[in-house]
Amino acid sequence: MSFFGMFKRSVQGTAPVARERLQVLLSHERTVASESDLVVVLREEILAVIARRVKVEFDNVDVRMNCGEVVSTLTVDIEIPATLDAFTPAHA
Amino acid sequence: MVAKVIVVTSGKGGVGKTTTTAALGAALAQAGQNVAVVDFDVGLRNLDLIMGAERRVVYDFVNVIQGNAKLNQALIRDKRVGTLSLLAASQTRDKDALTEKGVARVMKELRDKFDWVICDSPAGIERGALLAMRHADIAVIVTNPEISSVRDSDRMVGLLDAKTVKAEKDEEIEKHVLLARYDPDRAARGEMLAIDDVLEILSLPLLGVIPESRDVLKASNLGAPVTVASPVSAPARAYKDAARRLTGETVTMTIPSDKRNLFGMLFGGRAA
Repeated sequence: MSFFGMFKRSVQGTAPVARERLQVLLSHERTVASESDLVVVLREEILAVIARRVKVEFDNVDVRMNCGEVVSTLTVDIEIPATLDAFTPAHA
Repeated sequence: MVAKVIVVTSGKGGVGKTTTTAALGAALAQAGQNVAVVDFDVGLRNLDLIMGAERRVVYDFVNVIQGNAKLNQALIRDKRVGTLSLLAASQTRDKDALTEKGVARVMKELRDKFDWVICDSPAGIERGALLAMRHADIAVIVTNPEISSVRDSDRMVGLLDAKTVKAEKDEEIEKHVLLARYDPDRAARGEMLAIDDVLEILSLPLLGVIPESRDVLKASNLGAPVTVASPVSAPARAYKDAARRLTGETVTMTIPSDKRNLFGMLFGGRAA
């Protein structure tokens, strides 16, 4: 920090830094919090639907959300067993 | 009589929730309203101590929920302000002692008895904090002008909008910021977040500004709400103004101060 930088900081105080850090952090956390809630709910509900027919492990359901400025996408990746023994017919 | 239920919450610990619950409760009661203050901090109760009623707790919230005591037996009437009652939390280590059904039943009973029910939330975002906010009509979010407190307040806003009965019915829960431990001199020097900074970041209306003051610790040492222990002190006046705003009165926003002006210094009086 330059001599003048030190001088400026001591005059201005640290509150503006706090304010800026908070604004950046919260704008990020607000989107993440709402996304993660939705992702958690979707993951549970998708798992419940798939599990009625196929045995799926909780860890094998991957739900991701990508928020873009114009378009947001939801990617659901479900890994199911290689053999169909796990398949439960509709009226079993 | 159907009460308004207020939750005093913050996320972060140590910002002044219990002090605020006691002071707002006492201020409303001093104005003639029937008030119950309820401690939701099971296992770490402290509202009884701040209110000076720690030796009068016979039955508590959990006893009422479990049916071992009637609500009337557990309510402790304040000795100084007759219209103020306390429902103490239990000191049990069983965090599940408060059940959702039980809390709903007791809250309904309290609503029928009082004008105001003020729920003192535990810190954190666990079960106790969620139960404290569950039935609230109004949330008072106690915030200190400090980054971790503001961040946690923001988190509480999200929970209030998602996890309360009002939110689940698609109704808006009324939310206010109460800025506590504020030091106007430090804010003016740019050493502390200013009121407008906090309000802008949280985008919530302001219920009041409680200045940092020695009177708060003094009151807690004595076991009395600050509005009772030092009624003309700066924090007491700030809490009384906040209580009047809760009742719908329009009160000009000021930051009460204990500083004496030259006249006051010369004559020993207090400047408003």
